Amino acid sequence: MVEVTLWAGLRPLAGNQEHVTIEANTIRELLRRLQERYPGLEGPIKKDVAVAINGTIYRDDWSQSIPDGAEVFLMRRLAGG
Amino acid sequence: MTFDPSYKEQALKSVGTRVLRPDGVDKVTGRARYGADFNMPGQLVARVLRSPHAHARIIRLDTSQAEALKGVKAVVTAADLPDLTDGDTALFAILDNSMARSKAKYDGHAVAAVAAINASVARAAMKLIEVEYEVLPHVVDVDAAVAPDAPLLDDTIFTTGVDPAPTKPSNVANRSEFGHGDVDAGFAKSDVIIERTYKTEQTHQGYIEPHACVANCNADGTADLWVCTQGHFVYRQVCADLLGLDVSKLRVTSSEIGGGFGGKTHVWAEPVALALSRKAGRPVKLVMTREEVFRASGPTSATSIDVKLGATMDGTITSALATLRYTSGPYADAWAETGAMTSFACYDLENVKAIGYEVVVNRPKVAAYRAPSAPMAAFAVESAIDELADAIDMNSVELRIKNAAQEGTRSSYGPVYGPIGIGPTLDAAKAHPHMSAPLGKNQGRGMACGFWFNFGGQTCSDLNIGADGTVTIAVGTVDVGGSRASLSLIAAEELGIPYEHVKAIVADTSSLGYNDMTDGSRGTFSSSMATISAARNAIKTLRERAAMMWEIPVEDVNWEEGFAKAAGPKHGNRAPLSIKDIAAEAGNTGGPIAGHSELVADGAGVSFGTHICDVEVDPETGSTRVIRYTVIQDAGKAVHPAYVEGQYQGGAVQGIGWALNEEYVYGEDGRLQNPGFLDYRIPVCSDLPMIDTQILEIPNPNHPYGVRGVGETSIVPPLAAVANAVSDAMNVRMTHIPVSPPRILAALNAQAKE
Repeated sequence: MVEVTLWAGLRPLAGNQEHVTIEANTIRELLRRLQERYPGLEGPIKKDVAVAINGTIYRDDWSQSIPDGAEVFLMRRLAGG
Repeated sequence: MTFDPSYKEQALKSVGTRVLRPDGVDKVTGRARYGADFNMPGQLVARVLRSPHAHARIIRLDTSQAEALKGVKAVVTAADLPDLTDGDTALFAILDNSMARSKAKYDGHAVAAVAAINASVARAAMKLIEVEYEVLPHVVDVDAAVAPDAPLLDDTIFTTGVDPAPTKPSNVANRSEFGHGDVDAGFAKSDVIIERTYKTEQTHQGYIEPHACVANCNADGTADLWVCTQGHFVYRQVCADLLGLDVSKLRVTSSEIGGGFGGKTHVWAEPVALALSRKAGRPVKLVMTREEVFRASGPTSATSIDVKLGATMDGTITSALATLRYTSGPYADAWAETGAMTSFACYDLENVKAIGYEVVVNRPKVAAYRAPSAPMAAFAVESAIDELADAIDMNSVELRIKNAAQEGTRSSYGPVYGPIGIGPTLDAAKAHPHMSAPLGKNQGRGMACGFWFNFGGQTCSDLNIGADGTVTIAVGTVDVGGSRASLSLIAAEELGIPYEHVKAIVADTSSLGYNDMTDGSRGTFSSSMATISAARNAIKTLRERAAMMWEIPVEDVNWEEGFAKAAGPKHGNRAPLSIKDIAAEAGNTGGPIAGHSELVADGAGVSFGTHICDVEVDPETGSTRVIRYTVIQDAGKAVHPAYVEGQYQGGAVQGIGWALNEEYVYGEDGRLQNPGFLDYRIPVCSDLPMIDTQILEIPNPNHPYGVRGVGETSIVPPLAAVANAVSDAMNVRMTHIPVSPPRILAALNAQAKE
């Protein structure tokens, strides 16, 4: 099980939860199951979300595995210069 | 073949050397082709009619006289760019910004465009376009825009991110919040509290090359766009979406780029040029003037930031709070949110909160500018840190070292850090001779730290081996900072051949798979991963071909330092085969030899830098000269150290200009008063000392050579470093960027009256 922390902007779309516990081994599984549980997250997950696993930010790579006990954050996908 | 991006320590021969840049001769001899250098037979010239009002409803727009003028081949308005955005608000903002629909939302907002046989006819046609405006109240200042009685830009904007949701519209599009702990409890534990409000003015990236493109739409639905951009694949996607074109039928070719710094990540005139070409049936060239670049491309936010810091007398920061208000132009965006995320990222804080407010104003649509939003937040926080050091009588470097984030620290934006480089940059600053050099009269010293995220992203590369064994790499990330040199070095390293045997090019959108644009300091980080992967795939083929030539199993062929070598005693003492040997036989061993790679380069790793600045202030005029400047930053691994130093120096110089002089000046009428380089003063070489650099190399665990992005972080600390130095020289705290001569004189006068 993974405990995911949602950034404040996502929480209203996820039952006002800051932390969500979910069964997931990869970023793909994590995002799919989050959407299944909270359909309102579909839009942000499609375009606005990056996933931080143990401090490393992944913007695109669904295949990235989530180790047991990893700290997982959903962050806004930012623009760069 | 699965690509393993993890770092492996190894001796490197090519990477880390200072080879000649491949684009240098063309650039200094004028042969390099920039956006405006491309031409087509039968090409028309485009000009854009822009609103003279900061905020106005378009009542009537009549182009009939212009269309009737001899030599005019097309006139377009918003009617020629219908809304195909399907509810995508970000895409609609790009469309509306490209050509105003019902309202002009800032001075310079495009309302119509003309394509004619030459520039004089186009200009004459623009004068024949009749626009009837209903001028509306406007607001350009960030603090004025959030006032309850401010003119409203958009009555559909209701602040999101607040509970309960507001019932009235406002100019505040969104509230965001980051942090942890209990800031009130933290302040209660503090011995000293520093509380200030800071402002920064809007600045432009100041790239020397204006936006330029040639668009050519054909009757069969295909189209070409030659353009100056940081991301031709992204431009292709956005333009195709806006104009209803098939993505695969729009080929975009990027030119050399005369600076971008984030400002060329966004389309402005390109959809307009395509719409004109589609209507005229001929190629259309559109080059923005400098005035248009200032008025109608994408500068950075103006900001107003409140910072409150609490600390105990031993230098422990017990609480940190920031409220950040960022302008985004007339369209909602997330610039304050980014500022809030970065504001306290350098520090290990038990109690921290950063709140961002996105504010719409009658100014151009904000675009990314090198580590977007971070420099302003760093200015506010690093100024307050400096003042806190004074208040508790502690050296400001020691204060920062005591509170610096480290591996295991929970960042102020959420996650816990892995290995990071803020501590080493501060230690290097403390030990640097600059920090202890004597200062003269009217001179002061400041320092500051900075943070940026860095990105990776989608990347695709082709590596082709020619019949003579030389190599071409085709990449899809535009070379804005030397990536062709660094990627050639990396291909040479992997293959074991000389750098001079490798030629890197930027391929067009029809020649290569999709690539994200060159932003987020990702160019060399991402494309080097794809180049390494492509080279390793090519080596696999080279080994197979060598095995075929020798008629031995491929498992018995190793690749070592540019040669195929038969392994083991059973193959005797076969002479190694070079790339040239193998390539010469390619036609008989399976055809051309190439390595291809498509991957997502993720795990770029966050970046930190520390800057030291000395200034001398003339108390008579308020003029400031930077007399010494040092940049210390972690590069992970500097692939081409001279280019890395150039990035450090360039970021520092842009930041110095932002800190000392640059600002958008608006009149009471909401019109931009200084849209040119005479009145908008960017620093030139004679304004500056040599910028000293110190490259730290703390390997990024998520790159085979340990590379980190280096392009952006260097602009984050300078605003604060310069302001801290000026404040030190004058013994007056400067809280408003730029610290231009009038502001310095006003501060000195106020000090004299106290």
